[in-house]
This record gives sequence, C-alpha cells and structure tokens, in this order.
Amino acid sequence: MPHDIRSAPARGSGRESQDSITAEMIAIETDAAARVARGGSPELHPRRDYAPYRSSLLRHPTHELVRVDPEEVERVSPAFGHTDVNSLESDLTIQHSGEPIGERMTVGGRVLDGEGRPVRHQLVELWQANAGGRYVHKRDQHPAPLDPNFTGVGRVITGDNGEYSFTTIKPGPYPWKNHVNAWRPAHIHFSLFGTAFTQRLITQMYFPGDPLFALDPIYQSIADPAARARLVGAYDHSLSVPEFSLGYRWDIVLTGPKSTWMESEEAHD
Amino acid sequence: MTDLGTVQDTVRNNVQAPALQTPSQTVGPFYGYALPYERGPQLVPGHHPHAIRFHGTVTDGAGQPILDALLEVWQADETGTLVQKLGSCDRDGFTFTGFGRAPTSIAGEYTFTTVKPGSVAGRAPYVLVTVFARGVTHHLFTRAYFPEDSALHASDPVLTTVPADRRGTLISIAEPAIAGTPSYRFDIRLQGENETVFLDFDA
Repeated sequence: MPHDIRSAPARGSGRESQDSITAEMIAIETDAAARVARGGSPELHPRRDYAPYRSSLLRHPTHELVRVDPEEVERVSPAFGHTDVNSLESDLTIQHSGEPIGERMTVGGRVLDGEGRPVRHQLVELWQANAGGRYVHKRDQHPAPLDPNFTGVGRVITGDNGEYSFTTIKPGPYPWKNHVNAWRPAHIHFSLFGTAFTQRLITQMYFPGDPLFALDPIYQSIADPAARARLVGAYDHSLSVPEFSLGYRWDIVLTGPKSTWMESEEAHD
Repeated sequence: MTDLGTVQDTVRNNVQAPALQTPSQTVGPFYGYALPYERGPQLVPGHHPHAIRFHGTVTDGAGQPILDALLEVWQADETGTLVQKLGSCDRDGFTFTGFGRAPTSIAGEYTFTTVKPGSVAGRAPYVLVTVFARGVTHHLFTRAYFPEDSALHASDPVLTTVPADRRGTLISIAEPAIAGTPSYRFDIRLQGENETVFLDFDA
C-alpha cells in the first residue's frame, strides 16, 4: 500500500507522533480542569473513553453506566488466605536458581478502604517487567533481554493492619505501539480485593520523578493531576534494607465499602 | 479546587472520606503469567452433578473478538449463600468458593464451569461478571441473569432500572445441554450494537 506522506497518519494507526498525542492529552486535561473550576468534582478514575490511549477507542461503552445499589453479592468479596498463597510468593527475587539483574527494591504499604480502615487478610497480586523492560509474555516482542532469574509475578495476603510488602527489582520502561516512539514509564501492576466486590481494583504503581509521565496516555488517562499522583510510590528510607534493597512506600485506598458505611461512627475516631 | 470538589461529594453522600481513592489503570496485555491460574475458570469440576457451563464471547465496538480480556465471576452458591471459604486460588476440587477467573481465548471466548447460584434474599439469581482488558482503563461490572427466572426479573430492582430495550443484554441464553450439562451463553459487547449494560455500584 503506497504511503502518502502528505496526509496525517490515521487515528489508531500507530504512526501518529508524540506531539499529536500530547496535544490531545493536554486538551482533555484542560477540559477537565475547567469542569472542576466550575464546581465539578475532580475525576477519581481514568476516563474509559480516552482517545489518546488508542486501545480504548473500540473498548469503552458508549452508554452511561447504569447506577444501581449493590446487593449482597456485591457487598461481600471472596475470602483468600493461607491456603491460596505461599508466603514465599512475596519475594520475586527467589523464584529461580540465581538472582535477577536490577536494582533490588522493597515495595510496601497498606491497603485501606475509603474510610482509612485497613483491608485485612486480602489478596494482593503484582506483576511487572524485568529491569530491561521486558515481560515474560509471548506477546511482548520488545527486543530487550529476558532474565532467566525473573518472572515478575508475586502475591501476598495483607496483614492485620492491611500491610503488604514485596521484594523485587525495579522494572524498566518499555516501548509500545500506541504511537511513534511511545514509551511506558516504569510501573508495577497491582490487583486488589476489598471486603466488598465493589472495591475490586486493578491499577499500576509508578516511581517518583519519571520523565515519561507527561508523555504516557495510560498515566494521563486520569485527567486530574492530584488523582494520578496517587499512583506514584514514594522513596522511603525506613523501608530500605541495609546492604540489600531500596524502599518504596505505596498505600492503596479502595472505594467504600458501602456495606460498612453505616457503622462508621464506632469504627472511627 | 480539588479539596472543594471532594468536600462537596462527601457532603452529598453524607459519608466520611478521609482517604482518597487510588485510581484504576488498565490491566494491560501482559498479565498472563500473573493473574490466570490453574482451574481458575472451574468453580466446580465438570463432573459435579449440578455443573453448568457459563460461557460467551467478548467483542469490541467493531464486533471483533477481544483475545486479551480477563473475566472474573463472583456468585452465591446453589442455596443463595455467599460463602467465605478460602481456596479460590488453589482449588481442592470440592470446596465451592464462588469466585472464578478466566482469560479469553484467541477467539475471544471464555468458559466457566460453575453451578447456578440460588436466589439471594428472594431476588433473581445472577452471576456478577467483571471485565478487564487492555484498552479498558477501569474494569466493567455487569450481571448475568438466567432466562428461566423471568418471573423474578419483572420485579428485579436492577433489571427494572435498565431501559427495556437494553435489558436483554443482562440475561444469559439457555443452550442445548452438553452431555446432560446445562449451558448458558453470556456474550459481552463492550461497545456498539447491543452494547452490554455495565453497572456502577458507586452511586
């Protein structure tokens, strides 16, 4: 097929420039800020219809979600525990015969509900690229080396105070095909359960000061700068382990749960 | 500005919200070594006397199958009880936990083996279905009801909230049994014609 250099690349062709994607992202953020300035609430979550992230174009519902009250099914969550997860699964650096390459980290924090109460004894799952920015996945064709000592998958059950901790290595940034020269900031994927299924959350943790933040349509899909900043972990020297690892703290706050809002008075203060 | 909006939300809902929610991000395409697990789609073994097949295809706005979606189901047991039993991730083949997880196939299809949930609090039985996928920035919740419960559907608070012309997207289709096992099809269309109704429980 002849390539006509005079026409702009089609939306979603993967041939668009960073500049054109960035312009779209700025326009959306400007619109969102104007809504807040007029008294609207900041957007807590990413827009499902976020065109700069091209994969969302055909994968977002066009109808408004139907708002309904949760029933008992939604107000409880599956129970996970010691029969589901081995305690060694929180260390991603001991899954093979040798040490993975990269900057060893201890990532920890607490899982809380919307009222700041700990989410106890619940499942946290994590996955990430290796230090070179490569996932162990057959559809990841990024020509960075696989690390035979790193799979990049961990699980843990939260403690009595909602706390979790993983030992891992710092993931690398990696290219993807959203547009020309598109790079994802380094991140770790997290999957979380609460005490109600309505609290279910899958998200990504990022690292402070990443120069790719402004360029990344997945991070920027959250139109409110304060909301997306909540995805960035903080370097925490108290979590660093002498002669071993650098510490990052990231607390995760789930919504609700509605089922316990009624008893909030006694649970608080 | 940010704080003002949050305060308004809090006042409106009459709840305390000292902590701000962590935003969602897409599951992306590379969860394959992390989230699917052995027997994740089998809430009960196929030889369970009351096993049903619960399956369907996930499609996008162009009608194309989505081959990198991840589905989770959560449901009551046959008696309508939400059990709180460990073992969803490491199934023993006998304990019903109510939770299942299945990635879609290269044809965009998913299949769970489960039992039909019982009625909870006298309401129409349903399976809560959660959809994650690359390109889906925030997971989508929907419910799969069962076609034989139409009498209960007429008074169901969710089904009656949904516009009549879209209600059918929440009701699975009974198919011919496979070797005696009932089969229900629940296709999920993220966008476009017959777009599935997705639910927001954060009202």
